[in-house]
Amino acid sequence: MTRRPDFRSRAHPAWWAFLVHRLSGLALALFLPLHFWALGQALHGAAALDAFLRFADQPLFKFGEWGLVLLLALHAAGGVRLLLIEFGAWSGLRKNLIAVTAGFGVVAGLGFALALFS
Amino acid sequence: MSEELVVKVWRGREDGAFVAYRVPRRENQTVLDVVTWIQRHLDPSLAYRYACRVGMCGSCAMTVNGVARWTCRTHVSRVAKGEALEIAPLANLPIVRDLATDMRDFFDRWARARGQFTGAATRHDDFARVDPASPARVAADAGIECIGCGVCHASCDVVAWRPAFVGPAALNRAWTLVNDERDTAGRERLRAVAGDAGCHACHTQGACTERCPKGIAPTAGIAGLKRLVARAAVRGEL
Ligand code: SF4
Ligand code: SF4
Ligand code: FES
Repeated sequence: MTRRPDFRSRAHPAWWAFLVHRLSGLALALFLPLHFWALGQALHGAAALDAFLRFADQPLFKFGEWGLVLLLALHAAGGVRLLLIEFGAWSGLRKNLIAVTAGFGVVAGLGFALALFS
Repeated sequence: MSEELVVKVWRGREDGAFVAYRVPRRENQTVLDVVTWIQRHLDPSLAYRYACRVGMCGSCAMTVNGVARWTCRTHVSRVAKGEALEIAPLANLPIVRDLATDMRDFFDRWARARGQFTGAATRHDDFARVDPASPARVAADAGIECIGCGVCHASCDVVAWRPAFVGPAALNRAWTLVNDERDTAGRERLRAVAGDAGCHACHTQGACTERCPKGIAPTAGIAGLKRLVARAAVRGEL
């Protein structure tokens, strides 16, 4: 066993961007089967879907939905940064885009929250 | 500036521990000066490595307060937390003893990434004329000043997670060579760096680029290698 890099070594923006991208990706992957199951309710007729939609019309679900929108916004914007690093002309680790990702996440999160409450 | 530094230094091998020393604080003191002072005045058995003291040889890298750095060009004033310093050997490398790591595995990875130059010319041929403004030469230039210090390697989590990964320094070396128009082993090299042990293991965490003391961006070369491998695969040349 060699010594390993620890949290002090990881304290830089590109590593945080990696962490957010990985965690949001995992969370979205976990959610997808649930999403398809809910859509699958439509196969059991309009009544079944309606029943589910009424069930899902609760504050807890709204909060979950809001979380998903936030995760999706973060994952999408972070993905654009990675694509630019991998396929664009090299211009550093594009830390400006890490800030843009965070900003886009906040804007999308606030926007969706506003839509929920209005 | 206080009179004294409290310096915790790693002693022993992987199962070693930190030992605290008190070292006089000086102006313009580098981390390497601190280590040398301990070895000269407190404990001559302290093992560490350096040669040039001016940032050329790449032998003095250590982990300073948790971050891999070249110690000969790292001033104490820039890294000390209060008057406290923690000095450990580089991560991700076997420890010989104390602050000295075994670099064999590090350079074996360069060999695995096909880091050797292979040319077609002989001593009887004229010099190759490479246009300094050509894109390939510019790309090679950006990575060619590597001093083999291992700082990027020690900072990379993927190196820690995937033992087979050749690492940022080896891939940076491969990238400079695929951009060397005199080299004739390009295809073989792309094969060597493709896949899970090579450029495709990198998660673009950017630690290598963030920490390289020479300002090299191995992440750029790794992205370039991914593109070249993809192009070669599409054309059936891999
Ligand atoms: S960019 Fe890739 S090679 Fe460099 S530190 Fe990050 S994961 Fe490692
Ligand atoms: S790329 Fe930079 S950090 Fe890595 S070995 Fe070379 S000089 Fe050191
Ligand atoms: S002693 Fe040579 S680079 Fe530090």
